[in-house]
Amino acid sequence: MPKPLLPQILTACCLLLLALPLQAQLQIEIVGGVARPVPIAIVPFGWQGAGAVPFDVAGLVARDLASSGRFEPLAGRDLVQRPTTEADVDLADWKAVGAEAVVIGQVRETAAGQYDIEFLVFDVLRGQRLLRYRQPASAAELRLAAHRVADVIYEKLTGVPGIFATRIAYVAAIHRGGKPGLYRLIVADADGANEQVMVESREPLMSPSWSPDGRKLVYVSFENKVAEIYVQTVRSGARQKVSARAGVNGSPAWSPDGRMLALVLSRGEGNLDLFTLDLGSQVLTRLTDQRSIETEPAWSIDGRSIYFTSDRAGGPQIYRIAAAGGTAQRVSFEGSYNARPRMSPDGKRLAVVTNDRGNYRIAVLDLERGYSQVLTDGRQDESPSFAPNGETLIYATRDGGRGVLATVSVDGRVRQRIPAAEGDVREPAWSPFRTN
Amino acid sequence: MSVKNVCLVLMMIVLAGCAGKGTKEQDGLGYGTQSGAAAGAQSGGVSDGSMGQGAAIDESAAAGPRASLKNRTVYFDYDRDDIKADFREIVAAHGRYLATNPGAKVRLEGHTDERGSREYNIGLGERRAQAVKQALLLQGAGASQIGTVSYGEERPAATGSDEESWALNRRVEIVYAP
Repeated sequence: MPKPLLPQILTACCLLLLALPLQAQLQIEIVGGVARPVPIAIVPFGWQGAGAVPFDVAGLVARDLASSGRFEPLAGRDLVQRPTTEADVDLADWKAVGAEAVVIGQVRETAAGQYDIEFLVFDVLRGQRLLRYRQPASAAELRLAAHRVADVIYEKLTGVPGIFATRIAYVAAIHRGGKPGLYRLIVADADGANEQVMVESREPLMSPSWSPDGRKLVYVSFENKVAEIYVQTVRSGARQKVSARAGVNGSPAWSPDGRMLALVLSRGEGNLDLFTLDLGSQVLTRLTDQRSIETEPAWSIDGRSIYFTSDRAGGPQIYRIAAAGGTAQRVSFEGSYNARPRMSPDGKRLAVVTNDRGNYRIAVLDLERGYSQVLTDGRQDESPSFAPNGETLIYATRDGGRGVLATVSVDGRVRQRIPAAEGDVREPAWSPFRTN
Repeated sequence: MSVKNVCLVLMMIVLAGCAGKGTKEQDGLGYGTQSGAAAGAQSGGVSDGSMGQGAAIDESAAAGPRASLKNRTVYFDYDRDDIKADFREIVAAHGRYLATNPGAKVRLEGHTDERGSREYNIGLGERRAQAVKQALLLQGAGASQIGTVSYGEERPAATGSDEESWALNRRVEIVYAP
């Protein structure tokens, strides 16, 4: 009788789980930058509580602000003072070391496992306090709370909401014997840390997309050896199959009001067309009926129209159609290949994959002016997704034959790599702002 | 275990499944796939199972190269879904086999290379699977015998980013159901 395998499998699983936190740390590399990032002093926060400080809030805030490319936190040796209260802050000294803004704060234990993060932001040049803010958090929420602190500071200093407390979803393919053998749908913090596996399958997982409230994901799974669309609640993991019609079920996209999905079906006829599915009534409506490939729908901000890829004119180009159906209009005209549109949060631009002299790159198409700008310089960049503040895009690129994630600012000047620890990483989708 | 070995094991499982059902048609196919040279034996297996009227079709099957049924991968040119001349006879042989063996079922798995967007490639893989399906139907195979699925670029046969790997990945795999 063969030796039971279960103990070995369990051991392997335990090793895997133990290994995950080590692998999860992201690396951010700034490969380009703005002309002059703002020097900012982020002083290590004070600690009032029992035992050691539970989390380095100031350290994470500094990393977040640096990752935007718009700020340059002072190195530890340049922190001429380490004040934790307003009374101890001397802005003249900070001016002398070149800091234009100063952040100080304290973490206070208010009850067992409960904390208040209180922080202040100063404008050194004007010599005034800009902000005093308190953010409560439980022990498990300290990392998220620190990202929120960074968001608040970022918005105060730039006028734009920060995206450090948002999340990303993506697919990782783990190779076995040189081929993809395991597929994972992962949700992580926007900085790549805190990875959580939502689904794991030996068959491909594809096309994750967030619900507008940021609580659910919709994606394609081949777990039953055919393409099916699932909706999964991020927090509970509960999921529901929403489309398993004959043939292709693909490219799901949530409407801005959360009531409908745009999706792509072949209906067993071998040709992809666009449909909408009312998630409440389950009514399916056909939007296109073409012999060409119609796919990759993306809703407009007002939910009235849908942008999509079609090769009806030969190569793939972007078109727009009313969400109720009708005649499609072509919106991309530059170049032989434009595909997979994603709407910017202000509704004025589309991020697309474009063929740039033989390379697949991320471009932003300005819908009002009609021109596009190529933002990346890879050979196989794909799957762009806007951050909810519209300042940055995340996309998939390749590095040494391996799929990795990267971000690029919409002006193309700040780029970062977010190498994942394991597998071919692809199809990132940036969450909406957290509503909780 | 190497990928090749896994494939071999899978193939054996599939063949075992065929044998388990015990129909002569499927036995014939199994034998043929294991040994392309055993043309006579396989031909006999097929005609045994399809009674008297199978003879004429069996003759046309015998006219094609017996290796045809062993070849189960159809390769395509970049961004194309038309079956190239080199592969027409292979596909036709499978079509004839299905026509003479109405109990047999295939699943056509369409694939693309990694270039271009992923969901667009699902569309391209589906078109390729449909192109092979149409060719099988032309030979008299029944629509109910043929299933299709498109994996786009998600299940590459080769993982390199070069023309050699891409050519291996632009394919339809003809998979007989156990």
